[in-house]
Amino acid sequence: MSQREAQWEVVIGLETHAQLQTKSKIFSGASIAFGAEPNRQACAVDIALPGVLPVLNRDTVVCAIKFGLAVGARIAERSIFARKNYFYPDLPKGYQISQFELPVVSGGGLAIHVGDQEKFVHLTRAHLEEDAGKSLHEDFHGKTGIDLNRAGTPLLEIVTEPDMRSSAEAVAYAKALHSLVTWIGICDGNMQEGSFRCDANVSVRRPGAPLGTRREIKNLNSFRFLQQAIDYEIQWQINEIEEGRAIHQATVLFDPDTGATRAMRSKEDAHDYRYFPDPDLLPLEIKPEWIAEVRAGLPELPQQMQARFEAEHRLSPYDAATLTAAPAIATFFEHSVALACAKNLATPKLIANWIAGRLTAKLNESGQDIASSPLTPEMLVGLIECVANGTISNKIAKEVFEVLWNGEGQDADAIIKARGLKQVSDALAIEPIIDAVLAANPKSVEEFRAGKDKAFNALVGQIMKATQGKANPQQVNDLLKKKLAG
Amino acid sequence: MSLSLDDVSRIARLARIEISPAETEQTRMQLNGILAFVEQLQAVNTEGIAPMAHAVDVVQRLRRDAVTEADRRDAFQAIAPEAEAGLYLVPKVIE
Repeated sequence: MSQREAQWEVVIGLETHAQLQTKSKIFSGASIAFGAEPNRQACAVDIALPGVLPVLNRDTVVCAIKFGLAVGARIAERSIFARKNYFYPDLPKGYQISQFELPVVSGGGLAIHVGDQEKFVHLTRAHLEEDAGKSLHEDFHGKTGIDLNRAGTPLLEIVTEPDMRSSAEAVAYAKALHSLVTWIGICDGNMQEGSFRCDANVSVRRPGAPLGTRREIKNLNSFRFLQQAIDYEIQWQINEIEEGRAIHQATVLFDPDTGATRAMRSKEDAHDYRYFPDPDLLPLEIKPEWIAEVRAGLPELPQQMQARFEAEHRLSPYDAATLTAAPAIATFFEHSVALACAKNLATPKLIANWIAGRLTAKLNESGQDIASSPLTPEMLVGLIECVANGTISNKIAKEVFEVLWNGEGQDADAIIKARGLKQVSDALAIEPIIDAVLAANPKSVEEFRAGKDKAFNALVGQIMKATQGKANPQQVNDLLKKKLAG
Repeated sequence: MSLSLDDVSRIARLARIEISPAETEQTRMQLNGILAFVEQLQAVNTEGIAPMAHAVDVVQRLRRDAVTEADRRDAFQAIAPEAEAGLYLVPKVIE
């Protein structure tokens, strides 16, 4: 952080729209499957033909209850749907059905980690609402095209308190939330398709001063854009204030191409939504028995699992968090640990390292999900076993990992045999190589004797190279020390 | 509470209703008449009574999550003022 930024405190609150994983819309029986031809999934209710009435989808309420339980929030025994009024062609009713005064979920929060710091982000509320359609502005001889397939898609809007103090914290929160909603199966988390999108409310103030005026950055659909947009907005606001200009409340858009935010043109009345209870929808009642039933069906939550991994397997909070980023990763880990246990290998930390390191890197590179990983838990444990019993070194293990990943072999042991990668731990085999290297590098030997430790490493490097990395590194160290001392 | 002419113009603008200056005064009087009724209602002591969100004291019936609507795009677009490539066309919208 620069000195200038240190004089400012950043205040961030996030509003996230999570698209709920149902089959049909929130108030109609039209499908919400992604990718249909325009308006093929927009029924009479979605296009707001006169006389139609909304009927609430029960599963959207189940999703909201699941979420409320997962974040330790209050679930309203009685909540109300309201009309949020504004005119836009992709909102054919002239209002969006949302919740205002009595949302289905209120309070609760999420623990986030930034570096070694843990922080709790409080939630204000989460409410059910319908999505709008899409406007296509290009190419219709001066007209706008409207696709209402998305109209009526169920959303849970999740609103935080202004608890975050940096873009890093905002991203950590968004990631934790993303992981949670996908974990409990209420949202597919697909950010490219818009299933999970964030609006960031950003303001700056002098430490201790009252809250500054906020600007809202709309529709951020990647973690990277969220970070970039907030960082740009912070700098912009600090500049404005330092140059004597006041910040005006505004809605802004982030342009990924320029990396800048810009204010949307909006009329002064644009935010006068005139909410009122929707007379077409009766109050939603959620009885304690219903909540209990949903609670019984909830999986172990990521934070509970993290705590268990730390206690049971002595993993660091960082490792535990990485392994619980998605259910499939946790399943992969637990399956691997079980296989290792069956072989009497006490290696949860090693398994965690492989998954969080090499495997995650490979999956990211190829854009694959761990569920479809070509490397299975069986292969990974087989590989770890070969390191544990001294057949290969860690360095060679990385090579064998590549072979397994590329599908050129199923079994680490067989690959090692077929490719002659077995570690050489036989002093009789290593010693002549050491002698040859020492003879060929008199200068390094001199330097070492003159007290340069670096020369030792250089010699080890030469020996490992001469054995194609197959010599047992510990043994090379010991033998070399003995020879140089002698 | 009573509304000014400015309030009425603003409400009309938000509702996208065009009213002439003469109508504005007439509308103001009518709306203020309605607000006067509400004021009478407000005289009732409602302390300790939970506000109702609906005139009928029943709760929402819920629908099972299932796709029950068939694609009727062609029928809907036949009565739309203009449609092309499956899209409803409207006058250009500038954000």
